[in-house]
Amino acid sequence: MKYLVWGLVVLLVILHHDLWNWDNDRLVLGFLPVTLAYHAGISVAASIVWFMATKFAWPNDLEEMTESAATAEEAEALS
Amino acid sequence: MSPGVIKVVIIGAYLAALVCLGLFSSRLFRGTSKDYLLASHSIGPFLLLMSLFGTTMTGFALVGSTGEAFAEGVGVYAMLASSSGIIHSLCFFLLGIKLWSWGKQYGYTTQIGFFRDRLGSDKIGLLLFPILVSLVIPYLLVGIISAGKAIEGATRGDFPMLTESGSIPPWLTELVICAVVLVYVFFGGMRGTAWANAFQTIVFMVLGVVAFYLIATGLAAKAVADGRAHETRDGQRVVRTEPPSGLMDSLHIVSQEIPKARRVRAEVDLSDQIETVEAPAQFRTRERMDPWLFLTYMLIPFSVGMFPHLFQHWLTAKNANAFKLPVVAHPVFILIVWIPCVLIGVWATTGLINIPPPIASDPNKVLGFMVKSLSGDVLGGFLLAGILAAIMSSLDSQFLCIGTMFTKDIVVHYSRENRFSDHQIVMISRGFIVAVVAATFLLSLTTIAQTRVFQLGIWCFSGFSSLFPLAFLAIYWRGLTKWGAYAGVATAASVWFWLFAASQFGAIENWSVDLTLGETTIHTMPVATIFILSTLATVIVSLVTPKPDAERLRKFFPVK
Repeated sequence: MKYLVWGLVVLLVILHHDLWNWDNDRLVLGFLPVTLAYHAGISVAASIVWFMATKFAWPNDLEEMTESAATAEEAEALS
Repeated sequence: MSPGVIKVVIIGAYLAALVCLGLFSSRLFRGTSKDYLLASHSIGPFLLLMSLFGTTMTGFALVGSTGEAFAEGVGVYAMLASSSGIIHSLCFFLLGIKLWSWGKQYGYTTQIGFFRDRLGSDKIGLLLFPILVSLVIPYLLVGIISAGKAIEGATRGDFPMLTESGSIPPWLTELVICAVVLVYVFFGGMRGTAWANAFQTIVFMVLGVVAFYLIATGLAAKAVADGRAHETRDGQRVVRTEPPSGLMDSLHIVSQEIPKARRVRAEVDLSDQIETVEAPAQFRTRERMDPWLFLTYMLIPFSVGMFPHLFQHWLTAKNANAFKLPVVAHPVFILIVWIPCVLIGVWATTGLINIPPPIASDPNKVLGFMVKSLSGDVLGGFLLAGILAAIMSSLDSQFLCIGTMFTKDIVVHYSRENRFSDHQIVMISRGFIVAVVAATFLLSLTTIAQTRVFQLGIWCFSGFSSLFPLAFLAIYWRGLTKWGAYAGVATAASVWFWLFAASQFGAIENWSVDLTLGETTIHTMPVATIFILSTLATVIVSLVTPKPDAERLRKFFPVK
């Protein structure tokens, strides 16, 4: 799952380069230029991918490790 | 009460509220420099989201994006905003959490403190300090200039006794906001800054949406009343006479004239823009924009990985989980702020509204002008307060971080142990902040203030981006050596300066590094050249110089 998340981040970067929209002058919903609508979609997709990252690729061990190390450092400083 | 006075009263009330917030948060001050500089690692997810977002969104995001969309077209969102949604969160995820962890374990307050410890090199601080301060100053300038221009554009004609154009002069706005930010930073420290950031971020996001609604509906109504709006009836393009009915109808009216893509000012003079109702055909494609330029723009958001003020905000987090909300919400928050600004900028390029030549020739003033023209005096005052909120929510963190760097990395670092009390450290920090703010204010009075905010920001961000490889390699590569770091920083600084000088110090707009391959010339952003050369220098020199000692590597890369 972790690899899927990082794969999706790479996919987002690739999709960001929308050469196929270069000359497209259509308005989406009658008011939003297609290039703007497409990249608004990229922003929403980025949030979804980063949500997945917090679920499946989060360094859960870091919290515990940091707290125990910080406590040990403080104890050492006090002694 | 005259329109100008109404706006000034509202803005004054807002600034007074900010000062009160700073004074209130000072009541929670625990009296230690750690609390003043890092809020004692007590910031939770919501405040962290708001302070990180408020800090990254400055005058560049509001005034600059509107002005750049006016000058260049809708492509500006793709160039910087959507890419930032991906890259900023990536930096929070890859760098922020790890640096927070090490900062909490080993007591870092600044980037330089981290690099000194990680590389086992005292001198890396002396190399990085002037570079980081030199890059923060133009970033401060972006904010200060934006505030001055926005208020100048929005008060045009309101104060004939002050200036020829009847605007509040930019220097006065700049002086006032510098003073207000200094007051609440001085009293509130990092906690006050985080609270002020949260408050101001909410203010500018809510008022941004309100401004979007008012400008869309106001512009549509005005365009119909002036006989400038068109509609297609029976396949014929005819002048529309019915007033708009609601937001969606207004959006249809004002957007039909949008130049659909990047706009090329060189091909269209102001009379085309002002007199022609239908946008000229050459506005409608992105074909003149080099795809390589677009591709290399994506390196610019990596700058957040090396912003010293963001580093300090990362360290304020209560725990690692506090980063989850900023990582997820940041891209959508960017969307909420940028899309309205970009649309307002491109609406201003159409023939639906007359943009006076003094405004059209200085895109930084476009947002202020649109607010003034299309909203009432009271709402206009609130919207201007919102613009200032966005600008000040970055200035405060930048002020605090440069003071922190000076005291921690220079004064305290090179003094004997316990030479200064906590109170003295805070006072020294404040003194340096005042000196830098005064220098920045004086710079804003020079011809630099005539540079487009967006262009100035791009050069500043390019410098920070070029240092990103150093931060990334310091965290994830055991093989990084201090010599590699020296080489990378020196390369980034010298190539950046060389290219900046070649662009006549930002005076040539949209300057690019052009590469010729056979018969094809590709245009790239200067950041690409600096980023690649800096990475190569860091890696190559690290590979051929002595490795860091084993104990240091165990500290940062423990065997699991």
